[in-house]
Amino acid sequence: MTVLGRGSRAAAGLLGLTLAVAACGTGDSSSNNVADPDASVPPGCEEYADYQGNSGTSVSMYTSIRDIEADRFVQSFEEFEKCTGITINYEGSGEFEAQLNVKVQGGNAPDLAFIPQPGLLQRFVEAGEVVEAPEGVQANVDEHWSEAWKGYGSVDGTLYAAPMGANVKSYVWYSPKSFTEAGYEIPTTFDELIELSDTIAATGKKPWCAGIESGDATGWVTTDWTEDLVLRDAGVDVYDQWVAHEIPFNDPAIVSAVDKAGSILKNEQYMNGGYGDVRSIATTSFQDGGLPILTGDCSLHRQASFYANQWPEGTVVAEDGDVFAFYFPGENADEKPVLGGGEFVAAFNDRPEVAAVQTYLASDEYANTKAEIGDWISANTGLDVANVANPIDKLSVETLQDPSAEFRFDASDLMPAAVGAGSFWQGMTEWINGKSTTEILDQIEASYPK
Amino acid sequence: MNSTQPKLLMLFYGVVAFFAVVGILLLVVDKAPKRGREKVQLFAFLAPAVVLLAVGLLIPAIRTFVLSFKGPGSFDWVGIENYTWMLTTPSAQRILLNTAVWVLLVPALATSIGLLYAIVIDKARGEALAKALVFMPMAISLVGASIIWKLVYAVRPAEQNQIGVANQLLVMIGFEPYRFLQDPPWNTAFLIVIMIWIQAGFAMVILSAAIKAVSADVIEAARLDGVNAWQMFRNVTLPSIRPAVVVVMVTISIATLKAFDIVRTTTGGQFQTGVVATELYDQAFRFGEEGKGSALAVLLFVLVLPIVIYQVRVLRSQKELR
Repeated sequence: MTVLGRGSRAAAGLLGLTLAVAACGTGDSSSNNVADPDASVPPGCEEYADYQGNSGTSVSMYTSIRDIEADRFVQSFEEFEKCTGITINYEGSGEFEAQLNVKVQGGNAPDLAFIPQPGLLQRFVEAGEVVEAPEGVQANVDEHWSEAWKGYGSVDGTLYAAPMGANVKSYVWYSPKSFTEAGYEIPTTFDELIELSDTIAATGKKPWCAGIESGDATGWVTTDWTEDLVLRDAGVDVYDQWVAHEIPFNDPAIVSAVDKAGSILKNEQYMNGGYGDVRSIATTSFQDGGLPILTGDCSLHRQASFYANQWPEGTVVAEDGDVFAFYFPGENADEKPVLGGGEFVAAFNDRPEVAAVQTYLASDEYANTKAEIGDWISANTGLDVANVANPIDKLSVETLQDPSAEFRFDASDLMPAAVGAGSFWQGMTEWINGKSTTEILDQIEASYPK
Repeated sequence: MNSTQPKLLMLFYGVVAFFAVVGILLLVVDKAPKRGREKVQLFAFLAPAVVLLAVGLLIPAIRTFVLSFKGPGSFDWVGIENYTWMLTTPSAQRILLNTAVWVLLVPALATSIGLLYAIVIDKARGEALAKALVFMPMAISLVGASIIWKLVYAVRPAEQNQIGVANQLLVMIGFEPYRFLQDPPWNTAFLIVIMIWIQAGFAMVILSAAIKAVSADVIEAARLDGVNAWQMFRNVTLPSIRPAVVVVMVTISIATLKAFDIVRTTTGGQFQTGVVATELYDQAFRFGEEGKGSALAVLLFVLVLPIVIYQVRVLRSQKELR
């Protein structure tokens, strides 16, 4: 790995002074084992010319992503590490949110963190812990991401963290096979969705199934339902006001949206296929929530694109397979609000190699490299759909890149954690457990930090 | 692999430093002048413990107290706002109420059940086995016990087969399945059952040992006076084992105040089952409301304090008696 350092200056000369190289050219005087000083970037590494000059350094990375998904991240950095000489130390934790706080306060902050909640990012920015996005990142974000996405990584108009991965939440999972057998059409408006539910319910089957139990995070599934319906029932403008707390949490528009969610979620005729009555939703894990679709006990399950990972091995996820998803329809077929989430790469230390890695993660090359490895997508407009293998991810990329679709970030991730990861989750769980809409929304409004 | 090597090296440095400090300390103490050597020794040997206590306990405690007067992110001073939040917000009041119920019920019930069991099996056949059975839950971690009970309480719709023992029994005697963990306020009671299940064994073992230590002379004298079983218990056994009962009650009370694992594992504080310790964790570590978390921690400390003071006083008065 140490062989590459010297090449950076040559690369700079050859390729014109790009920002990253200019920054590093001054500092690099170490390692000179290169046989031919005129050789440019090592062969096969031309793509990484911009990130040279930091050989022998290492960058620590802290995230909430573990197991196989973490292995895929490590795999996605291999070539970058080989070509730049930067070692990336990846660490995933199941207690990411709480532990990141501890690390930062303890003066032991990681170089980079993948933060899935813009609200949490904002907290760290306000505490003065996060380094402003370097120019390379700024340029990449301006080029490859929409204004909305850029906004979620910014605080008070200053970009701090570039978006990275993304997921789409506005999906309804179903079984294409049984739909064809029964002759059901995929609904394109909310009213058609209700009609379809009634048709299925008339056969004596419960059409919907859901599960919201998720340990610490129990209730998040219901908040996603709420958000999707605020987007559809009240519109994106009200949604933005609601997120910013410019209208109270118990505003009539929100009450109406939650009641609309309740017309499905709390409807004993519809819920909870395969698991019992409405209240069983609260104790069914989100992983198990949609599985009755496979046994035919349930036909519809609203859940994000990442639910694709929950189907047992051997399940074909495809448009003509065992399960697939359709877009959770809006009020009419033309309006297409999309609810989703994603991670943002924030830097806690200001070093050239950290900036280099951060810039690389924000690039379209990285998005394509990572997507090719599999089961991962990004809202990066430079991502080529052809590099995305599985059908549900393809659908998600198309949804994210659809110009008529209006993307909005998961509201609970944007609100202060005491609400977004606290009273909102807990309140919606109690709502499923039997409390009324107004009672719960009043309670959440009262919990807003003053 | 890269990261383990420096860690091992650090460990090595740490061990070396430890021996160096201890060595120097012993050397200095040994070389101290004859006059006042005792004082030097006293200081030298107490100092490490005092320093560690200060760093690990005293300073964090003071910092927690200070933080409890600050807002989210610990930037601004908010006065007693965190404390008024704790006492006036309905959701926070609920948590205080739950904690009160826990503290009132668990020590009393666990101790009574343990005591009763200890008396019943005392000198009975198979005493060792009977004791082991009740003491067993103590050997399981609180999280393990909570998972077991979560399965016991599991509920399935009436038309399906029950997978939880509790609901299977209910169904067998003709009742509807019941949501043990989902229906407030009774769900708190069912969580308390778990704590009692664990702590009763502890109470039983300590109290049983105390009962065996009651002087045979006293018992014989009472027998000759013709006491019945109740009088024997009320006037002989109970006064003799009172110190043990106090220790058991105090220990269980403190453990109960700090109850965290059971609630977090079974309900995660949902369905209005939260207690001070779970809310403290959520506020401080998940919601970034260090102020509110610290205020709850201070409250917990204030609640534990009188119990500890009481125990110290009881222990002192016993020493004087001897």
